Amino acid sequence: MIKAIDGGIRLIGNQVVNGVWRFGSATRFMGHVVSQTMLGFRRPRLLLDQVFFSGVLSLIIIIISGLFVGLVLGLQGYETLKRYGSAEALGTLVALALVRELGPVVSALLFASRAGSAMTAKLGLMKSNEQLSAMEMMAVDPFARVIAPMFWGGFLAMPLLAAIFSAMGIFGGYLIGVVILGVDTGAFWSQMQASVDLRYDVVNGVIKSVVFGAAVTAIALFEGYDSPPTAEGVSHAVTRTVVTSALAVLALDFVLTSFMFTGF
Amino acid sequence: MQTENVVEVDNVRFGYGSRVILNGISMSFARGKVVAIMGGSGSGKTTVLRLIGGQLKPNAGRVQVMGKVVNQLGHDELYALRRRMGMLFQFGALFTDLSVFDNVAFPLREHSDLPDSMIRDLVLLKLNAVGLRGAHHLKPAELSGGMARRVALARAIALDPMLIMYDEPFTGLDPISVGVIANLIRKLNDALGATSILVSHDLHGSMPILDYAYIVSGGTIRAEGTPQEILNSEEPFVHQFVHGLPDGPVPYHYPSPGYAEDLGLGVT
Repeated sequence: MIKAIDGGIRLIGNQVVNGVWRFGSATRFMGHVVSQTMLGFRRPRLLLDQVFFSGVLSLIIIIISGLFVGLVLGLQGYETLKRYGSAEALGTLVALALVRELGPVVSALLFASRAGSAMTAKLGLMKSNEQLSAMEMMAVDPFARVIAPMFWGGFLAMPLLAAIFSAMGIFGGYLIGVVILGVDTGAFWSQMQASVDLRYDVVNGVIKSVVFGAAVTAIALFEGYDSPPTAEGVSHAVTRTVVTSALAVLALDFVLTSFMFTGF
Repeated sequence: MQTENVVEVDNVRFGYGSRVILNGISMSFARGKVVAIMGGSGSGKTTVLRLIGGQLKPNAGRVQVMGKVVNQLGHDELYALRRRMGMLFQFGALFTDLSVFDNVAFPLREHSDLPDSMIRDLVLLKLNAVGLRGAHHLKPAELSGGMARRVALARAIALDPMLIMYDEPFTGLDPISVGVIANLIRKLNDALGATSILVSHDLHGSMPILDYAYIVSGGTIRAEGTPQEILNSEEPFVHQFVHGLPDGPVPYHYPSPGYAEDLGLGVT
């Protein structure tokens, strides 16, 4: 019995020490990334390539998902609002749900699974194929040339993807509510315009997507760089990227929502 | 070896935790020579290259390259020194998203402001030297192992380095490709007036082009000398290594309890 308790305590202690160790490594890693940022801004092509890699290549999944989320929101919202005789408020419901929550959160989750996993796999394979070492030996710092531009590319792409997701969602809500279910067009748009505040709703949504973008990209890059240089190591790193990013996005969303919308 | 030494490794110790990889080794690499570091798998050969390139730092001792102590250099000084080095990795380490041309052009574009036309001429010159000018448009995935190694060699010499390091350049190649790569190493070294350090366990491919060789095992140097001196060495490990004997100082069996004990025989 005592042996089992002792084993359990050791296991927990080991996990805590490993967690703190990895957090410290990740912090140092991000410090290095930020300190090597300038090359990406001196050579905008490097940055644009990464915006393309993580942003443009994620567009299809973002557009389709945004549309379907909007369609579902329109259907569910209409059914609920109709009970209270306020179906015209559908535009407000769809827009607030998307701009404040679903846009940043769902697009961050999709970004983690599409672009985050790709970033981890790319970096992990570059490491296992010695491409990063080769770069170092050619006197080219991989942090400056590859990793920092990847970080800022993801950082810039994520808010844009969230905006596109929300726009497509609103369009989906419009299709269902106005075109199919017969909500008045003027009421749909005017109520939305009247109730969505630029600073309180839109800017806070953008801030969320920026924070999520930074978190997901940082996790993806660290996992890729830190992965053991084997097929199994890279595979585990990709899995960890998706899982850790999803948990981080949801936890950060709770914290940010607490500060932004409930006045904690 | 009377000429000036481009690289000096002086009493270097290196290990991971309690696991010792190099135990106080000293080597020198003279200008213009092709020198090999040979030994079995896991003997620390590649570690020596990484110490010379500054990718690892020794626990003790000194690594000096072109008059600078590598393990005391800061980030910018180390990167400046690396511009005068070239390294060929075991499997080429080509950038898989770039074409052959762009791989060779990579160091030129990163370290110079040369116009595109001049970069094109230089890249084609380097590719021609390794016989692959006609393959400049291919992607690394379209190359054979030997071709990939030659492209990586062209990339390693793109900046006309003073020191070229080769990490197992013959691994996984057919005999013709081994001969091609070996000849290129010798010819490029002589043409550039560089110094080459060749890490390999391939005696057949390496010996004909070497000026000098070190044989390492267990973190120490077991023998050094000209290829002929190495081939004639009576040192037990070197003898086993050179003649490819299955048993000797390097045992055939991994340490284990008695066979009968493992099979459960004779135990009451």
